[in-house]
Amino acid sequence: MTAHTDTRVKFKAVVMGSSAGGMDALTEVLSRLPAGFPLPILVVQHVSPISENYLVKHLDSICKLNVKEADEKEQIKCGTVYFAPPNYHLLVEEDGSLSLSVEQRVNYSRPSIDVLFDSAAIAFGAKLIGVILTGANNDGSNGLLKIKEAGGIAIVQTPSTAYVDSMPLAAIQKADPQFVVPLSQIAGKLIELCSVE
Amino acid sequence: MTTGNQKPKDTDNLNIEIRLLLEAIYLKYGYDFRDYSFAHIKRRILHRMNLAGLPNVLSMVEKVLAGHDLIQHLLSDLSINVTEMFRDPEFFKKVRSEVAPILQTYPHINIWHAGCATGEEVYSMAILLHEEDLLRRSQLYATDFNNMALRKAKEAVYPISAIKEYTVNYQKSGGKASFSDYYTARYNSAMIHNNLKNNVVFAMHNLAIEGPFAEVHMIVCRNVLIYFNRALQNKVIGTFTESLLPGGILCLGSKEDLQFSEYFRFFATVDPAHKIYRKKYDSTY
Repeated sequence: MTAHTDTRVKFKAVVMGSSAGGMDALTEVLSRLPAGFPLPILVVQHVSPISENYLVKHLDSICKLNVKEADEKEQIKCGTVYFAPPNYHLLVEEDGSLSLSVEQRVNYSRPSIDVLFDSAAIAFGAKLIGVILTGANNDGSNGLLKIKEAGGIAIVQTPSTAYVDSMPLAAIQKADPQFVVPLSQIAGKLIELCSVE
Repeated sequence: MTTGNQKPKDTDNLNIEIRLLLEAIYLKYGYDFRDYSFAHIKRRILHRMNLAGLPNVLSMVEKVLAGHDLIQHLLSDLSINVTEMFRDPEFFKKVRSEVAPILQTYPHINIWHAGCATGEEVYSMAILLHEEDLLRRSQLYATDFNNMALRKAKEAVYPISAIKEYTVNYQKSGGKASFSDYYTARYNSAMIHNNLKNNVVFAMHNLAIEGPFAEVHMIVCRNVLIYFNRALQNKVIGTFTESLLPGGILCLGSKEDLQFSEYFRFFATVDPAHKIYRKKYDSTY
């Protein structure tokens, strides 16, 4: 049975968002996840529209998981981390495939964390974990709230461990996450949430 | 507040209502959004529902059938595409280096911008052609099915706030002059110079339901296919294949790929990274 159809499966995906300071924060979290981590991970890291996205190549070389830029219509699979491409919004369809869009910037951002988190909350409902990391604007706060309202788990990086604390602070205020976790323990928390009872 | 498990039944019903709305729009007005990527459509419909203060999607179906002006908003929402001048500067750089030499060999050049939205990409191409001394013998056809976007495209007036970004894009694309040579600034707006408009014809055309628009040497359709499901993408690429003269160039968006289409075998790849393809001469189509 695939995760998609197995009703015993607690979660179907993890979505993450980060902005200023995200390169190091994502490295810390993703490099600690084992190759067998059971959920696909979708990430929005705020980047410039003309970015070459070296972060993706860098992470792929150091992580045990595969790390790549999302391709449209791609079916998400566990063992892989999908990054939103520069200057596109990333959405996930209810069938687990990825879609890209060029709408207006949301919270001055494209890709926007809110856009990803909104579509993921609709697609996965309670079977979703959302993570907000370091950053300087509010993108992701509304999205994280939607995840929580749909019954999913909301995790925010402890603001004092963040390179810039305003994004985590905004997310905590808006979404009242179940977990506020220091950066170094976020990977451990994800592994714990996914472990079989 | 529910800590709730989102009941699958609710999601199913909402999706059915959305499909009913798309069916109503198609049957009543002839616009076909039924093969668009669902997450995108859903997001925009729910956004409009909230903006209009409507209680549910079913009420939108009623309004559409009753001829309420909600349809205008919906059409705008579902067809709007945000674009920039010289978006993906590297793409335009490749057009200069790889495509312009090919276009130089034609005495007359027809170019189709399919899904041109508010025209930024068309004028970017006009500027590039001008700098490569090709504009004089080019006819650009810019089509879209959003009438308001076409009107804006014809006006060619863009906000001054965007000009800084466009200038950087232009420079990074290998622009040979100064970007300010191509527009006149007035209060909050930048007006594209008329001489860039002379070789452009704007027309209504709906890629989802219509066939080829014209026989052309080059088609530019960037970040339009991402909104279509695979079946519709394939249909549209079929339309493009039919429209292109042998040796004609097809340019897609940086995250779009021809290789998933059944028509891929009719094309050679000019630049895989920037999604520039060329129709083979010996395609029996």
